Amino acid sequence: MSGLSAEVPDLVCARCDKPLEMRKVEASYLGQTFPVELPCCPSCGFVYVSEELASGRMLKVEQALEDK
Amino acid sequence: MDGDQVKAWEALCIEEQPPACTAACPLRVDARAMAEKMAAGDFVGAMGLYARVVPFPAIIAHICEHPCETACRRAEAGGAVRLGALERALVEEAYPTVRRTAQRARKPKRIAIVGAGLAGLTAASDLAMKGHAVTVLEAEARPLERLRHDIDPAVLPPSAIEADLGALIGLGIDIRCRQRVTGDAGPSSLDDLIANYDAVLLAIGPGPAIQFSGTLRLTSAGRLDLDPQTLASSHPTVFGSGLHGGDDETYSAILSVRDGRRAAVSIDRFLQGASLTASRADDTATGTCLYVNTARHADVPPVQPADPAAGYCHAEAMEEAARCFPCHCLECVKACAYLAHYKTYPKRAVREIYNNDSIVMGNRKSNRMIDSCALCGLCETLCPNDLAMGDVCLDARQSMVERGHMPASHHDFALRDMAFSRSDEIAFVRHQPGHDRSAVLFFPGCQLPASAPHQVEAIYRHLCDRLPGGVGFMLDCCGAPAHWSGRRELHQEVLDHLRAVWEEQGRPRIVTACSTCLKQIGEFLPDIPVVSLWTELAAIGLPEAAAPRPVARPLAIHDPCTSRHALDVQAAVRSIAASLGAEVRELTGAEKTTCCGYGGLVSFANPEVGNAFVDRRIEESDDDFLAYCAMCRDNFARRGKRALHLLDLVFPEADDPAARPDPGFSGRRDNRLRLRRRLLRDLWGESMSDPVPSVTLVIADAVRADIERKLLLVDDIAEVIAEAQRTGRMLKDRASGRFTASGRIGTVTTWVEFEPIEGGGFLVHRAYGHRMQVEVKS
Repeated sequence: MSGLSAEVPDLVCARCDKPLEMRKVEASYLGQTFPVELPCCPSCGFVYVSEELASGRMLKVEQALEDK
Repeated sequence: MDGDQVKAWEALCIEEQPPACTAACPLRVDARAMAEKMAAGDFVGAMGLYARVVPFPAIIAHICEHPCETACRRAEAGGAVRLGALERALVEEAYPTVRRTAQRARKPKRIAIVGAGLAGLTAASDLAMKGHAVTVLEAEARPLERLRHDIDPAVLPPSAIEADLGALIGLGIDIRCRQRVTGDAGPSSLDDLIANYDAVLLAIGPGPAIQFSGTLRLTSAGRLDLDPQTLASSHPTVFGSGLHGGDDETYSAILSVRDGRRAAVSIDRFLQGASLTASRADDTATGTCLYVNTARHADVPPVQPADPAAGYCHAEAMEEAARCFPCHCLECVKACAYLAHYKTYPKRAVREIYNNDSIVMGNRKSNRMIDSCALCGLCETLCPNDLAMGDVCLDARQSMVERGHMPASHHDFALRDMAFSRSDEIAFVRHQPGHDRSAVLFFPGCQLPASAPHQVEAIYRHLCDRLPGGVGFMLDCCGAPAHWSGRRELHQEVLDHLRAVWEEQGRPRIVTACSTCLKQIGEFLPDIPVVSLWTELAAIGLPEAAAPRPVARPLAIHDPCTSRHALDVQAAVRSIAASLGAEVRELTGAEKTTCCGYGGLVSFANPEVGNAFVDRRIEESDDDFLAYCAMCRDNFARRGKRALHLLDLVFPEADDPAARPDPGFSGRRDNRLRLRRRLLRDLWGESMSDPVPSVTLVIADAVRADIERKLLLVDDIAEVIAEAQRTGRMLKDRASGRFTASGRIGTVTTWVEFEPIEGGGFLVHRAYGHRMQVEVKS
């Protein structure tokens, strides 16, 4: 599932005013959980999922799990 | 899924039945595949197919009676394909490419074959190919003596005989001529052969049989008494072939070869200790139930060779081979965007679906295929055996749901939309204002209120004007999305609710504006009287205001798939359109209508196939379309086709109603909400306040179309932005000044990129969603 991990984008958390950093997070769907690295706010933990990720690799994993 | 039911479905599809030429051939030569290869110029490939089945290709090409040509269905469209001439052209060009290598048997057996005619040598060839040691004993000086004497060398050139015999000897067969086998005791007697060989084949004519009466049982006519199916004699190691049946003594080269092959199969089975009869194909059957629509093909006469004596040259043979259709049924596949997309046909698809259903562990690769059928019923209409893929797919969907294997994403959006239509936000039922009972209940369905809410109100007022006894109004869903998505429990819940409301309303007659509702109620609530709005209007007349306003152009009528068999509805619609001055042209006709892409929820599970359904239909005519299902009309509009709904003719509000855009999913919800508020306020005098939008959004058309394509709702996007404004939970791109926020709505996380605009509100740049949940590990 490391394929779901992404590059850190040039975004800041509007509430905490901190740039996003890559953090280990948990992605889960249909009872399956995978560790992935995604950009997060280091303070409040807001996790960012880009459209590229959502409609690309993440969608593929979702569909694969749905067909299990 | 029930295995027996699956087998019954599979059996209905005849696409895998042999073509007529193959069925008529005693050797089952695949002439269809040969012709396809020859038409493509692949003579070597065609020769390979021919020689795999025919032991003496050069001889048979010249003297076969070619029953295939008599059976050829091209005969109905210009003349049978000249398969005999094609075979000769094939041999002429590609004979040297034939390569035969005998198998190596682990324990080769010794077989004696008496008689070197076509039958005996065919058996010799087949058994040698199996790796057995074969000795042929022939009384005459040369093998195939009969062919040399009886057939004109102009028909069968001696070179063809020599070529095939050379190939046979190349297999290692020992042919001994001038060896007469007798019935007496002695070194060249039958008893001697029986003693020295594992099996003996008497490939002899009827005459010499009488001398073997001491060893073998004969018939009263003095012929070998053979089992007709296996050619076994009364002695366990002796088999016979040749004209011993006694009912047909006309010599046939191809039947001699068939006889030799039949005997060889028996001998090989006997030598392996296998049953002579178990699962043995009937090599005498000649018919096929493969359906071929020959009327589809224009007449093309056979190619005449420039030099009749020489036969077809390469180019002529290719041209003649191209006259082969080839024979296939595929009636449904030709008409169905779904089957065409998956490049399959029902027999194969049913098997694939059943296999998918039977998987215990592993990937169910056919889930999306199963959910891509429109359940429209066209295949059943076209199929010579009435096989309905919709029944198969629906059964599979129900099984998927019940086992928890239905992919959540396929129908989630449609089921949420159905839940919304059934919720208190939308659904309501009332008696006609001023009445406390309803003789009739108007049930417009979900899609007309979503597409043209004003028309719903106008037609309801008209029904109230014309129909006595009170016309109630019910805004609700018939449950089709639950049914189509295989949710049996949910579907039953909807039906129970509909029945309860109908009872409460005093069991009124239902008039529905939706073909799907009509079909659903008729099928699942058969005791509830239900009619179509269109038959009702044809009976009570149109509103006075609907004075015929000339429709400038002819309209191509598209019937919804759910009206495929509703003849009264089809007739009513055409009469209403005609009475309003429309010139209506038929597309395929109502019975062969196609799906608009909404049926079976295909456009949600597989948008590509959904669009293919609409686009195929659009290509059928340049005329504006006339639909009487709001969903069909909107789907045509969405794909850029000018399309009218029948009510656009009845209530000609806009100048160019055929250009009315598809409202889209968000627009559909808004239209239903507004219709409910307006009706309750205006007709029933209930106090309804207009909702205050949480935020004001500006969305460019291209972004809106993208949002629609991703099955996201503008209301949900507004909610995400509003929540981000309340909590401050959003990301900022410092360079562009844009914000990104997300929110979990149902089973989807919706992301929105937006920026505030001067004077309030937000400009939406894009939105997207995913189902997977992500969170920081605690």
